[in-house]
Amino acid sequence: MLPTPDTSHVPYERVYEPAEDSFLLLDTLSSASETQYLHETFSPDASSSSPSPKAIPFVVELGTGSGVVLAFITAHAKTLFGTNQILTAGVDMNAFACRATIKTVEKAQADSVAEAGGNEKPHGLYLGSVMGDLAAPLRNHSVDVLVFNPPYVPTSEMPSRPETFTEDLPSKTSFDDDSYLLSLSYAGGRDGMETTDRLIDALPEILSPRGCAYILLCAQNKPEQVKARIQTFGSEWRAVTVGSSGKTAGWEKLQIVRIWRDISP
Amino acid sequence: MKVLSLNFLTCAVKACKSSSDSYPLHPQDAELVQDEIELNPDMLINVLPRLDWTALRTTSSELGFPALPEQAPTAEELQADEKMIRDLHHLLLETQISEGKLVCANCGHQYAVKEGIANFLLPSHLV
Repeated sequence: MLPTPDTSHVPYERVYEPAEDSFLLLDTLSSASETQYLHETFSPDASSSSPSPKAIPFVVELGTGSGVVLAFITAHAKTLFGTNQILTAGVDMNAFACRATIKTVEKAQADSVAEAGGNEKPHGLYLGSVMGDLAAPLRNHSVDVLVFNPPYVPTSEMPSRPETFTEDLPSKTSFDDDSYLLSLSYAGGRDGMETTDRLIDALPEILSPRGCAYILLCAQNKPEQVKARIQTFGSEWRAVTVGSSGKTAGWEKLQIVRIWRDISP
Repeated sequence: MKVLSLNFLTCAVKACKSSSDSYPLHPQDAELVQDEIELNPDMLINVLPRLDWTALRTTSSELGFPALPEQAPTAEELQADEKMIRDLHHLLLETQISEGKLVCANCGHQYAVKEGIANFLLPSHLV
């Protein structure tokens, strides 16, 4: 078991607290089958037959919240990808989440270095976090691994911004502001899919040719329909459930879908 | 945010994405901070093929760093050039933009950077 990043500094009154969905992402990304996939796809020494080493992967998490998932990926790059040569970055609409993520990654990196002793650094290179709507700030076709724990809870409407709200790290926030920021992390509108649908539609532009996306869905999101829709992008597209919290019997049964283009000859 | 991030960022306005003027974004009134990071030449050599060198040259000169060569070095050239490795390491990995603005040359929109976090959320009339 790889250690879970410390998020004790995160202000949970306005940033989503790591929960079952976050931990399912950590478990899935560090599972034997997914680390094998990531090693094979991105590790520079994996294919010794290839003359040139593979370009260093760019890993982006959308909606980082506390940063627990991005910090886990960054800190344990060597275990997950077979190389510490990965670049990571985070995007979140919530300024406090971006600020929290910077700290979470910093702590997790320091912990991973301490654990490795004098050995080679196990962590990747974190470029930073930006505020943004999904992948809008990113160059097209640049993302090799996209991770998204969306606002997936079905709600009658999408969050609307309080009139008093300023986005840039205000020193004081009202109760309404905090409620708004938290609602961004869970409220998914119709079928809980309004935000996820926008992201899925943009995937062909976001992902690099070898890129993949890990997206978390709950049962109300109608995952089988979502996967079928992705396959209509083209015959090379794949969408496969690679992790699930099937053992818990709550209404919020979760799964992680990996989406990618199968371009192997 | 590390200077290397600018190689991956573009204007968030959808209509700008197809314009070459929307990339790279242009830093203005940038306050820079320096971290000390252990040099890893191998990592830099592997970052090289991911870089848009022309964009990096623009960013580097706009931030007041010494001019980079017109053509990107090959992996072998970089490996043999310890000074270039150090310069790139310093610019890309050790230098962070902490405050300032990133400006799109196509639409003129200014993205504020505060505490090292750039804000790419658009006002509703631009979405």
